[in-house]
Amino acid sequence: MSFDGRFGEFGGAFVPELLQPALDALDAAFREASRSETFTRELEGLLATWAGRPTPLTKLRRLDVGGARIYLKREDLLHGGAHKTNQVVAQALLAMKMGKTRLIAETGAGQHGVATAMVGAMFGLSVRIYMGAVDVARQRPNVDRMRLFGAEVVAVDSGTARLRDAVNEALRDWAESYPDTHYVLGTAAGPHPYPSLVRAFQRVIGREAKAQFLEAEGALPDVVVACVGGGSNAIGLFADFIEEPGVELVGAEAGGRGSKVGDHAASITRGTLGVLHGTRTLLLQDEEGQVAATHSISAGLDYPAVGPEHAHLAATGRARYVAVDDQAALDAFRKLARFEGILPALESSHAVAAALAIAAERQGARLLVGLSGRGDKDLATVMAADASTEGSR
Amino acid sequence: MNRFDSMFSRLEGERRGAFVPFVVLGHPDLEASGRALDLLARSGADAIEVGLPFSDPIADGPTIQRATTRALAKGATPSRCFEVVARFRSSHPDVPLGLLTYANLVVRPGVDAFYAAAGRAGIDAVLVADVPHREARPFAEAAKSAGVAPVLLAPADAPAAALEAIATLGEAFTYVLARRGVTGVRSELHLDHARTFDALAKLGAPPPLMGFGISEPSHVRAALTAGARGVIVGSKCVAILDREADEETRLAELGRYVASMKAET
Ligand SMILES: Cc1ncc(COP(=O)(O)O)c(C=O)c1O
Repeated sequence: MSFDGRFGEFGGAFVPELLQPALDALDAAFREASRSETFTRELEGLLATWAGRPTPLTKLRRLDVGGARIYLKREDLLHGGAHKTNQVVAQALLAMKMGKTRLIAETGAGQHGVATAMVGAMFGLSVRIYMGAVDVARQRPNVDRMRLFGAEVVAVDSGTARLRDAVNEALRDWAESYPDTHYVLGTAAGPHPYPSLVRAFQRVIGREAKAQFLEAEGALPDVVVACVGGGSNAIGLFADFIEEPGVELVGAEAGGRGSKVGDHAASITRGTLGVLHGTRTLLLQDEEGQVAATHSISAGLDYPAVGPEHAHLAATGRARYVAVDDQAALDAFRKLARFEGILPALESSHAVAAALAIAAERQGARLLVGLSGRGDKDLATVMAADASTEGSR
Repeated sequence: MNRFDSMFSRLEGERRGAFVPFVVLGHPDLEASGRALDLLARSGADAIEVGLPFSDPIADGPTIQRATTRALAKGATPSRCFEVVARFRSSHPDVPLGLLTYANLVVRPGVDAFYAAAGRAGIDAVLVADVPHREARPFAEAAKSAGVAPVLLAPADAPAAALEAIATLGEAFTYVLARRGVTGVRSELHLDHARTFDALAKLGAPPPLMGFGISEPSHVRAALTAGARGVIVGSKCVAILDREADEETRLAELGRYVASMKAET
C-alpha cells in the first residue's frame, strides 16, 4: 500500500468525491516525477537559471544578538521574492505533464500568487488567482505584479475575505475545472498529496542551508527557526534536520494582537483537532466546529489551520511552536532593516523575532533562520503601523 | 426499516420518482426554517434534505453560501439546528430526512457523538460533503452504530473502484452528481448518466437520487428517464427562501414550486 498521506493522526484527503481522481492523478504524476532524472534535471535547471538558486546564507553582523550567531537563509532573494517559487515551478511542470493548460491558486500575502503568475507567464499557461479582499487591499504591490504577469486576480469577499476564503474559492473553481486545470496549492497543507509534494519541492531550502551552515560554522545549528502559516517554508527548512536529534526546531506562528479568538492565527499553540481544506489538522474553531476568524499583521500567516505534518511534529514534540505577536514582528522587521540592510516580509519577521528571543536567552547559540521572503509588499502596512504608534505617543 | 427504504417502496408502487427539496437549517432564521420544513412536507415533498450550516462550505455555490452565512449570523449552531429537526420530526413521523454537512462539524464533537445527536433528532441519513469513499469508513461505521444511514456521493465520471466502495459503504440512497462543480442552478444540464446508473445498479448500490444544478421540471423528467429514482433540488428552493419578501409570500411560492416539480415525477 502506498503512502496514504497520514502524519500520525493528521493528514488525509477530505475532499468532495468529485476531486479524488484529480488528486490521484497528481499523486501519480508526482511519484513518477520523483523517480525521473529528466524531471529533476529540468526542475533544477529552471531553479538555477530562472529562479536564482542556490540562495545565500547570510550571517547577522550588527544586530545585537547577545553573543549568539544567527544566520538567515535568504529565500527573499529567490525570484519572485519568496520561497513560494521553488514548488510552483515544480507544480507547473507536473501540470503540463498531466496535460493541464490552466493554473489556479489561492494567495494570502500575494507571494504564492506572484510565483504562480510568473511561472504561468514563462510557460504560457493561463492563470487565475483567488485572493481575499482584505489581502488585495493590504498587499497591493503583489496584486499589480500578478496582473502584469497576465494573471486574473479575483478578490474574494465571502467569509472573512482572507486566505482561508481564497482557498475555499479555489477549491470551488477546481471542482468544476479539474479536467483542464491544475490547482497549485501554495503551502504544505490541503489534501494528500499536497503536504508531501510541497514538502518535497521546498526541501531544497533546508538541504542547501544545512551544507552552507556546516561550511560556515563547521557544525550544525543548535536551533532552526521558521515562520508557519500553512507551513511550507518551515517544513522545507526543517526536513533535512528532522533526523538530527541535536537540532531544535522552532516554528513561529502569528500571535496577532492578543490571545482572544479572532485576534490571532496561532493554530498549533491555540488550536484543536478538526478538518479544514482537505486535511485533518489543528485549527482555530469554536466548540461546535465553526472555523474561527483570525487576525495577523501578516497576510501570509493569517490562516486558521496548519499543514498536517506540523501538527504531527508538535504532537510528537519533535518541533516546538511559539506565537509571535504583531508588535514583535514589526520590531524585528525594523531591526533587520536598520542594522542589517534587509527588509524581511512580515511573515518572515515572525521567525526573526522568535530567533532574537531565543538568542537573548542562550549565550552563544548558533541559529539558522528561514528568511522566507522580502518585505517590499509590506511597506504600506509597516508605515501605517508606525504612523499609528507615533499618533498614540 | 429506514424511512428512505419505505419511501422508495411506496414510490415503486406508484411508479413515480422522488422529489426531494433541500433547505439550509436555520435559514432565514431558526423559527422560519422550522416553518419551511413543515411547508415542504405539506406541499408534496417525498423526503427532505437539510443542510447543517458550516463556516467554510467548499462544495456550495453562491446561493447556498449566502443562506449559510445568514443562518450562522442568526445563531444556527448544530445543536439549535437539531432542535428544529426534532420539532419537525415530532409532527412528521414518516417523512425521510437526510442531512448534508461537512467533516469538521462531525469530527469536532466526535464522530460517534455527532451521529448519535443526528439520530436522536430524527435524521435518517447523513452525507458529509468533504468525505470521499477513501476516508468514509469510520464515518459510515459510526453512522450505522447510531442507526443513521451513511450516504455517499457518486460523480458521473467516478472510476469503477470508487463506485464499488460507494455502493458498499452507502445506505438509504446514493447521491449521484448531475454535473461537476458546486451547488447552484443551471439551465443547461446534460443528464446522460445511464452508465453511472447501470454500474450502481449492478453493484447493488442504494437507490440513486440525482442532484446538483437541477431546478426545472424538464430536468426532473430527464433525470428519471436516465435512471434516477428521484431528484434533489437545493439552490432553487434556497433562493426562494432567500427572497426579499414577507414570509407568507415566500412560503406560498415555495409550495407552488414544490408541487410543480413533484408533478413531473
Ligand atoms: C514570505 C512568506 N513567508 C511565509 C509565508 C507563509 O506560508 P508558509 O507557512 O507556507 O511558508 C508566506 C505566505 O504567503 C510568505 O509569503
